[in-house]
Amino acid sequence: MEASPPASRVDLARALRQTAITALIAFGLLLPLIGFNTVQNIRNELVLETRWPLLAALVAIIAAGRFLHAAFIAPALARRALRPRQEDAKRVATRARRLRWLTPFTLGFALLYPALVLSIVGTQGAVKWIDNFGVQILIYVMLGWGLNIVVGLAGLLDLGYVAFYAVGAYSYALLAHNFGLSFWILLPVAGCLAAFWGILLGFPVLRLRGDYLAIVTLAFGEIIRLILINWVPVTNGYAGISGIPRPTFFGIAFNASDEGFAARFGLEFSPVYRTIFLYYLILALALVTAALTVRLRRLPIGRAWEALREDEIACRSLGINTTNTKLTAFAMGAMFAGFAGSFFAARQGFISPESFTFMESAVIVAIVVLGGMGSLLGVAIAAVIMIGGTEIMRELDFLKVVFGSAFDPTQYRMLLFGFAMVLIMVWRPRGLIATREPSTLLKTSRRALLREQKTTKPSLAQERHG
Amino acid sequence: MEVFIQQLINGITLGSIYGLIAIGYTMVFGIIGMVNFAHGDVFMVSAFIALITLLLLTTWLGIGSFALALLIVLIVSMLFTSLVNWAIERTAYRPLRGSFRLAPLISAIGMSIFLSNFVQVAQGPRVKSIPPFFNEVIVLTPEGSGYEVVISYKQIVVWAVTAALLLVFWFVVTKTALGRAQRACEQDQKMAALLGIDVDRTISITFVIAAALAAVAGTMYLMYYGVVSFADGFVPGVKAFTAAVLGGIGSLPGAVIGGLLIGLIETMWSAYFSIDYKDVAAFSILAITMIFLPQGILGRPDVEKV
Repeated sequence: MEASPPASRVDLARALRQTAITALIAFGLLLPLIGFNTVQNIRNELVLETRWPLLAALVAIIAAGRFLHAAFIAPALARRALRPRQEDAKRVATRARRLRWLTPFTLGFALLYPALVLSIVGTQGAVKWIDNFGVQILIYVMLGWGLNIVVGLAGLLDLGYVAFYAVGAYSYALLAHNFGLSFWILLPVAGCLAAFWGILLGFPVLRLRGDYLAIVTLAFGEIIRLILINWVPVTNGYAGISGIPRPTFFGIAFNASDEGFAARFGLEFSPVYRTIFLYYLILALALVTAALTVRLRRLPIGRAWEALREDEIACRSLGINTTNTKLTAFAMGAMFAGFAGSFFAARQGFISPESFTFMESAVIVAIVVLGGMGSLLGVAIAAVIMIGGTEIMRELDFLKVVFGSAFDPTQYRMLLFGFAMVLIMVWRPRGLIATREPSTLLKTSRRALLREQKTTKPSLAQERHG
Repeated sequence: MEVFIQQLINGITLGSIYGLIAIGYTMVFGIIGMVNFAHGDVFMVSAFIALITLLLLTTWLGIGSFALALLIVLIVSMLFTSLVNWAIERTAYRPLRGSFRLAPLISAIGMSIFLSNFVQVAQGPRVKSIPPFFNEVIVLTPEGSGYEVVISYKQIVVWAVTAALLLVFWFVVTKTALGRAQRACEQDQKMAALLGIDVDRTISITFVIAAALAAVAGTMYLMYYGVVSFADGFVPGVKAFTAAVLGGIGSLPGAVIGGLLIGLIETMWSAYFSIDYKDVAAFSILAITMIFLPQGILGRPDVEKV
């Protein structure tokens, strides 16, 4: 921010001045909404209460943070920026090596997670941990990977992605409810229907670019949600659809009956088996999404997507049919959202339009962009941080000891979520993992690169991850 | 016919509020080319600031004069909201200027989530309502006719304040050095900077003006409807954006015209078709405009240069 000269000693006067200004601004910002609280009295009238101690505390915290930044962190950063950086190439190489190990490690951890949880907390507590953290995060990982095709590969910003998720969920719920079809038949059906809607909604907006496209897709997302709310005869409106059949293990239901999963396999009945099954199901679905994305990037269509992202005009002049290219990206992304949606409906057993608000779309887009567009690993990490982080907030009951019993950490979830979005964007505008695997390398150059890497020649190693 | 005139009056009132918010979108988009997603929530914050100021004036200081109270509320709300938007631009958008295209948009979405949840946490999730006041109406139809067309004093206040502030704002943008600097930055930031215009400062002032107009809209919204909640930023925000797009994004008179049109369409749709689908109508208009008239009513066509 401030281009301060690398002073050898801490410039206290300057830091104090900046702190004072920041404190003043923070006071102005927080005075109306924190300093006063509007509450209803016994006669149901709005009256004002003051909260001066809280206001003072928040301003003090902000001022302290600013002082630390101005006095110590900013000068340190300025000094580091001036230090010669001939180590760069080596750093890039080690980071690349670390990233290469991260993928198999994450995958292994994901595969072993239920077993890990079972062995630590036992069958009683495991349901919560596998469901809230495992399944919940993996749904967003899958949605993020699906949207990654549209946003990360094709470069089309879709702010109405949740609409396709909703189409998938309602397709499964309605068809299973009214026709009694099973989850395994309806999973592909829901995917196809969502893809169809992707084409339907994608078609009119293909001429639009960038922010315009984002806003129109947002409008479509809202329209679908409003229709779900208002078309009561079919969707049951706000009340939603309940009693959606749960998926079965190749025809064996997860219940306590003699025909149930536990009885068939001679196990004691416990809800944890269904949760574990759902966990592996969504893990498999997510991995299919990832595998397809990796493979699609090597097909002509995948290359066309990425070319489209980089330069649409160049694409058109090279004879790429941009309409078809965009539509396939839309349809592909929508299809995965449809799969995820039908899984969601099957897992919850109940869906209502409340689950498909714009906020969900924003969360998914945030995961893709924060993770680093186009990077599968980055998207997964962002999903773990953002969704896992907000889920963790539910578990922080010990904070009540610190802040008093009225303190409810869950209501700060979305507050911190929004804050984290801004913070990560400012910190790393290109996302957590900004390096992108090259789409294609010439055979010879790949071998040459490997050879170069062994001798760690800086220029090429750097180029590969530039 | 009477119903139509009544809806016209209601629609213009709603449209003025949308128009004021739409100017904020269109100005920011014009100058830095980003959709300021948090603008709807800035509007909601301004309504809360107005609510708190109003309570402060009436319950603590006991100001009885409605006009005086409204004037003070308006000024205080404009001041504090401007400060909020200035701080947002400084912390969340300025570091991302010149970064890749999606970064400011994502930051703005994050800011929007942050603002609405901040208000929810700080002021509680319940809908806040102010005691009804200033409810006199003027009956426009002659006595004895079946349907009474009325215009309330509140509506007249909304129209008058909107018109007056638009005039001031119009003067600022077209006649002052600040307005010239703004238009210069809109056309070419690098060139403007070379000619000695402080681009950062101009952009900051744009955000301040946008917030001040949103604060006027917020105060009017609070006065007209008498209720506000933390979630009231999103839908008016999207509709105002629709208005900005419909009028031609980047065009200031276009934003006002678009706002009035959206307000009219929404009230007419509610009156003649179904109130359930009024938001669907507004969003559909957005999509249809984008597809068939992407430059809007008064906007310049988007020329693509290679």
